[in-house]
Amino acid sequence: MAVLIDNTDDEEVRRICAAHGDRPDALLEILHELQAARGWLTDDALRAVAHILNISRAEIHGVVSFYHDYRRAPPPRFVVKICRAEACQAVGSEELAKHAEATLEQGDDAAVEAVYCLGNCALGPAVMIDDTLYGRVDRVKFDALCKKYASGKEHAS
Amino acid sequence: MTGAVRIFVPCDAAALSVGADDVVAAISAEAARRKADIQLVRNGSRGMLWLEPLVEVETPAGRMAYGAVAAGDVAGLFDANFLAGGDHPLKQGETEKIPYFAKQERLTFARCGVIDPLDLKDYEAHGGLQGLGKALKMQPAEIVAAITESGLRGRGGAGFPTGIKWKTVLEQQSGLKYICCNADEGDSGTFADRMLMEGDPFSLIEGMMIASLAVGASEGYIYLRSEYPHAAATLRKAIALWEEAGLSGKREDGSPRFKLHLRMGAGAYICGEESSMLESLEGKRGQVRAKPPIPAISGLFGKPTVVNNVLSLATAPLILAKGADYYKNYGMGRSRGTQPFQLAGDIKQGGLVEKAFGVSLRELIENYGGGTRSGRPVRTAQVGGPLGAYIPAAGFDVKMDYEALAKTGAMLGHGGVVVFNDGVDMARQARFAMAFCEIESCGKCTPCRIGAVRGKETIEKIIDGKNAPENLQLLEDLCDLMTDGSLCAMGGLTPMPVMSAVKHFPEDFGGKNAGN
Ligand SMILES: Cc1cc2nc3c(=O)[nH]c(=O)nc-3n(C[C@H](O)[C@H](O)[C@H](O)COP(=O)(O)O)c2cc1C
Ligand code: SF4
Ligand code: FES
Repeated sequence: MAVLIDNTDDEEVRRICAAHGDRPDALLEILHELQAARGWLTDDALRAVAHILNISRAEIHGVVSFYHDYRRAPPPRFVVKICRAEACQAVGSEELAKHAEATLEQGDDAAVEAVYCLGNCALGPAVMIDDTLYGRVDRVKFDALCKKYASGKEHAS
Repeated sequence: MTGAVRIFVPCDAAALSVGADDVVAAISAEAARRKADIQLVRNGSRGMLWLEPLVEVETPAGRMAYGAVAAGDVAGLFDANFLAGGDHPLKQGETEKIPYFAKQERLTFARCGVIDPLDLKDYEAHGGLQGLGKALKMQPAEIVAAITESGLRGRGGAGFPTGIKWKTVLEQQSGLKYICCNADEGDSGTFADRMLMEGDPFSLIEGMMIASLAVGASEGYIYLRSEYPHAAATLRKAIALWEEAGLSGKREDGSPRFKLHLRMGAGAYICGEESSMLESLEGKRGQVRAKPPIPAISGLFGKPTVVNNVLSLATAPLILAKGADYYKNYGMGRSRGTQPFQLAGDIKQGGLVEKAFGVSLRELIENYGGGTRSGRPVRTAQVGGPLGAYIPAAGFDVKMDYEALAKTGAMLGHGGVVVFNDGVDMARQARFAMAFCEIESCGKCTPCRIGAVRGKETIEKIIDGKNAPENLQLLEDLCDLMTDGSLCAMGGLTPMPVMSAVKHFPEDFGGKNAGN
């Protein structure tokens, strides 16, 4: 038997797992909560989860790498998800994405990510910044939103 | 005026995305300033999304609609005495008389946008809990028979008869059975599940309860995509309210008879495929399972499991309350009842239109949708999500019904209609279909995993004008292989948007020979 290194002195991980009864089937939920608490999933935290749920690190790695949501590196200050699916393509999301990549590249500590449908397909282009959804986002609205998030005023109008 | 005037402003994610919260803040502030006696209700959306934020004022003459309201319009609305239904350029008249709404057949969405989604009394006052009340007095087999008799087919895409699925689960001998609601709603151009979960979440919970009584299940899971944080918050509250009200029944030890869990996905389109969803619910990679066995026999944790879409489940209460015949009398052919269609993309009046099966695509796009938002001519519509066909404008007379669409090489899917104007490049859309399959493939089988990559490359060559005729032939062969050889419909249906684009728009693929 391999020697198990006990990483479970991580109180937060212990608490999150316990809230789900240490059940392996709740792995996605546990990872979501861990990521919400810390911003991303560190090696140490994943090792601790594996230990507590009694599953292999390979299994955890398989899960973390399968799903688009999980981060294995610290996130930027804010994440701009632009819908690149068909209904938003039909109203110019590709052009918006190009604009976003060009304007957000330098210094803002923001990331532009592609998502495929945010369920706001009648009011595209749709954009989600952190957990807030925006509709009919043209360049002007996009720039205004980014300005607000960059200056730390999260709630934009 | 006696009593507070009730003002409805949706808390639906689409309405919020265009400023509904700011409108609420402005109304509260303006009412305080003018000492107007108002009561704000946060309802779901009526589905007329181009009018969001849609503000409704309850007057003796009915609920008056104003839209699309911006925070800056609010003072003007008060000046126009909108609290008494006064005239204003944004006034749309009585909500339920707006033609877009008035001509619909709202069965599954009867309460959505009407009630406060988290008010159980309001829910009950509008017909909620009647179906469950009847189900509690029926034998499981009678419930299953009513659903079968209604003709309800799965609204998640495959259109499988719901009653037959329930019957299979009922017949399994097992101490543990599950009801799993597929709320992954990954199809682009669709948002009906989201609207319902945010606007009338109790109908879904009631539907799951009825399903549990029908098949003898003790636990249920809602698998919700993580792109819907707002729906998640609403569902959490709704489940808690439902349980507090004692509606989940009680066992001898005091625990609920039917225990409902909400689980979030993590950004994987394939997890909408039912077996992949079950893997994900077990905490694993969302890899598709080989069938058989079907989930009804061996599903979640290997137990008999009902997997149904949000809309299929949320329609069950109505069928029990009003009877199978009531539901069956809507529709055409083997497509019974109503379908919530979702109009999206470049469309003037985008939103949700619930109609009996048999309405034509043209009626939806032209009469309801009002043509394009951009004002340019419509060139095509993709029906049924990213795996659905592109239908050319000349084919819009097709009736929206499972069989009629299949006959033209298209499919209904989850009822999404995405409109494109004449600026669309169909070769690029075909390329995107392959690229999407490449990104979202679960990787289990070769035709899909490798086919999507090769398909994308081949279309890129065609776009670059390299040997278009040969590469089109290659693309067609590849599509045949994907259709025949893929384990699930992800790889199996990706050829549908690709080949429909080639067939109907050969001019975009660099040659007249493209179609053969
Ligand atoms: C790639 C793929 C994605 C799917 N996505 C969804 C989805 O997001 N929601 C859904 O209800 N069904 C989806 N389905 C269909 C499900 O596999 C299944 O047929 C459905 O959930 C059964 O419920 P119903 O009979 O009520 O439609 C998908 C199927 C495939 C192949
Ligand atoms: S067709 Fe694609 S998504 Fe479906 S099982 Fe095969 S690889 Fe996975
Ligand atoms: S396609 Fe962009 S939100 Fe649905």
